[in-house]
Amino acid sequence: MKKLAAISALWLALAVPALAVQPSEILADPALEQRARNLSAGLRCMVCQNQSIDDSDAELARDLRVLVRERLVAGETDEEVLDYVVSRYGEFVLLKPRFSIQNAALWGAPVALLLLGGVFLFSRAGRPQKANSLRLSEEEEQRLKEILGRADKDPS
Amino acid sequence: MIIELGHFALVLAFALALVQFVLPLMGTRLGDPRLMAVANPVTLVGFALVAVSFAALTSAYIQSDFSVVNVWENSHSAKPMLYKVTGVWGNHEGSMLLWVLILSLFGAMVALFGRNLPDTLRSNVLSIQGLVGAAFLLFILVTSNPFTRLSPAPLEGRDLNPVLQDIGLAIHPPLLYLGYVGFSVCFSFAVAALIEGRIDAAWARWVRPWTLAAWLFLTGGIAMGSYWAYYELGWGGWWFWDPVENASFLPWLSGTALLHSAIVMEKRSALKIWTLLLAILTFSLSLLGTFLVRSGVLTSVHAFATDPSRGVFILMLLILFIGGSLALFALRASSLTQGGLFHPVSREGSLVLNNLFLTTATATVLLGTLYPLLVEAVTGEKISVGAPFFNLTFIPLIVPLLIAVPFGPLLAWKRGDVYAVSQRLFAAFGGALLVALLGYFLIDGTGVLAAFGMGLAAWLMLGALTDLALKAGIGNVSLSVAWRRFRGLPRSVFGTALAHFGLGVTVLGIAAVTSLDIERVMVMRPGDTMSVAGYTLKFDTIAPQRGPNFTEDRAHFTYMDAAARVQGEIISSKRLYTARQMPTTEAGISTIWFSQLYVSIGDATSDGGIVVRVWWKPMVLLIWLGGVVMMGGGVVSLLDRRLRVGAPARRKEKAAPAGVAAR
Repeated sequence: MKKLAAISALWLALAVPALAVQPSEILADPALEQRARNLSAGLRCMVCQNQSIDDSDAELARDLRVLVRERLVAGETDEEVLDYVVSRYGEFVLLKPRFSIQNAALWGAPVALLLLGGVFLFSRAGRPQKANSLRLSEEEEQRLKEILGRADKDPS
Repeated sequence: MIIELGHFALVLAFALALVQFVLPLMGTRLGDPRLMAVANPVTLVGFALVAVSFAALTSAYIQSDFSVVNVWENSHSAKPMLYKVTGVWGNHEGSMLLWVLILSLFGAMVALFGRNLPDTLRSNVLSIQGLVGAAFLLFILVTSNPFTRLSPAPLEGRDLNPVLQDIGLAIHPPLLYLGYVGFSVCFSFAVAALIEGRIDAAWARWVRPWTLAAWLFLTGGIAMGSYWAYYELGWGGWWFWDPVENASFLPWLSGTALLHSAIVMEKRSALKIWTLLLAILTFSLSLLGTFLVRSGVLTSVHAFATDPSRGVFILMLLILFIGGSLALFALRASSLTQGGLFHPVSREGSLVLNNLFLTTATATVLLGTLYPLLVEAVTGEKISVGAPFFNLTFIPLIVPLLIAVPFGPLLAWKRGDVYAVSQRLFAAFGGALLVALLGYFLIDGTGVLAAFGMGLAAWLMLGALTDLALKAGIGNVSLSVAWRRFRGLPRSVFGTALAHFGLGVTVLGIAAVTSLDIERVMVMRPGDTMSVAGYTLKFDTIAPQRGPNFTEDRAHFTYMDAAARVQGEIISSKRLYTARQMPTTEAGISTIWFSQLYVSIGDATSDGGIVVRVWWKPMVLLIWLGGVVMMGGGVVSLLDRRLRVGAPARRKEKAAPAGVAAR
């Protein structure tokens, strides 16, 4: 709900809405266009909240889409295009954070957690566990019997 | 006057919530039944007071009383009545009031339906509910009061954000909050168990219905929110890994883990401490979600610092509840004994595996959501963590779990036999393989991943059916016996199968739509046609129209099949909401079986055409229908006789017709 509000706040900021990718932007070469779409989906619209330039209607997103396409047409590789965009806008523009030291914890955590959890469980599985020593009190045993007894008599 | 009554009721509710916190807790400490007896009436009256307060605010919205700041900021006299009412929670203050209303509703339900709980447990649970309620009521009264007056009263309101003027607002937030806040009951039960220093299988049985109820509401809330975003935002996406979505997805993931670990605890008296921890974590994630959404911290750490009053207050609440409960957990958990031995390969073992993957997935999504904040706070640099990260990490974590799902219910308790279970799942595996191969070779455009996704979906669905078939003994006994056995299976078995089947339905929708959807963008003039997915779409006319509080350009399309027979019409429009001068797109959607044709219009071009975006979304409805099936599984489980044991009065009413049907 809040996201909708946030996105609509963005609409407010931009007086003229337009749809994301415009027909005039689409490249003639389908392979190149597909690469452009893939790259766009991984680039953040700088004035939006968590929207890729591929989805965004913002003017700035449009400029960036055109820029990506120009670079691709000029023959650059995907990495070169991304490097160029990052050099202009910083790493904030990448929706997929780079594999760098700064992001080591981010990318490493899922694997590390799964391994640690797995090792912990595996090591515990081999160990004998203490038997259940917690007992119900007399009164509770009585009450439980009463409840279960009533359940047994249930016609269904 | 009504407004002041509502305000006064809210202040009274706060005072009563303090009483609800202090007296029953003292009662259990001192062993005084008179103090414990205070819990029930105070909880019920507290709920009534919050309800009065909520009704007062609603009446101000219905009457368009613009002397109330909150109404003036979020309503308009020309707004349709439905949106006047739903607008009550379409803003920060009102939605917090809804949050507290649902919290006190759950408290009242514990008071009403928990008569068979031991007095001390019920008193402690209600006491903790009271503390949560008091904290949030104070938050509303101090930082987010919806009853503030404005003088002189303006003649007209500023209208509700147009994107929110939709039936989705009537359903999505209440469902979501029922889920979020429902987990508060599990939390209170967990803290009460820690205070008492004892926990047993009966505890798990009492907590399970609340977990199930919260989970099924949250499932519905998330599915509804996803569908709403899909049709309202106009670019056809259904999940964006937006921090706000993640905020609701996190408690769902850990709540799902809780649901499963509570089964082990109830049946086998094992995983007690873990279940307690999950109950605490799940509600903590709900609180964190509220915090993330409400404080503005998501946009930037700096946005949070510029208007810190609300954010700091919620941060204090987080520290109090999460820190406090975890500290209590650290102090008390060691005094609780573990029980129930089991072999790693067993039903228990499979549920532990489920928990391992679900909690890792929860931690991954949590870290991804918060990482930009951490990096910014530490280094000052801004980075983004968006959909590509979550797709790359979450999907590999969840796929092994999905593959393992059909095994779980077939494994025996204590010690299972994977080999024997694999043999029983042979047919399901064959069916899944067949689906994957057919998908790969017969449908244009399916890649290996899409085919795998379809096979996985079939595996989940067939696995769920296999579970039911085996438990009924189909193949081993005569059909009439099998049918009788099938009818006699506990409802929780049906619930499990239904929920797992629903998961498969959702996976099928996701696999189909992510790999096979078709997008067309082009400039069209009235009379033009385009073809998409075997249909021909014709742009008939476009004309201006007036709505109650907006003007719009309505484009009319018809679509025809390959033989040029008209199959239906689609109306897609672009609106301008006059009060806020805010444009929106209203996508035109036509449903064909489970697939949809999605048409969204954009700007006019200089040569008299308009930009039209068309998507073919194959099987897209299955994504949300799967959620509905999962909810169905939750409802069926909730009706299980086992959970009603100890609620004798209700059981008798329902038992009679069931008994007749059994004969």
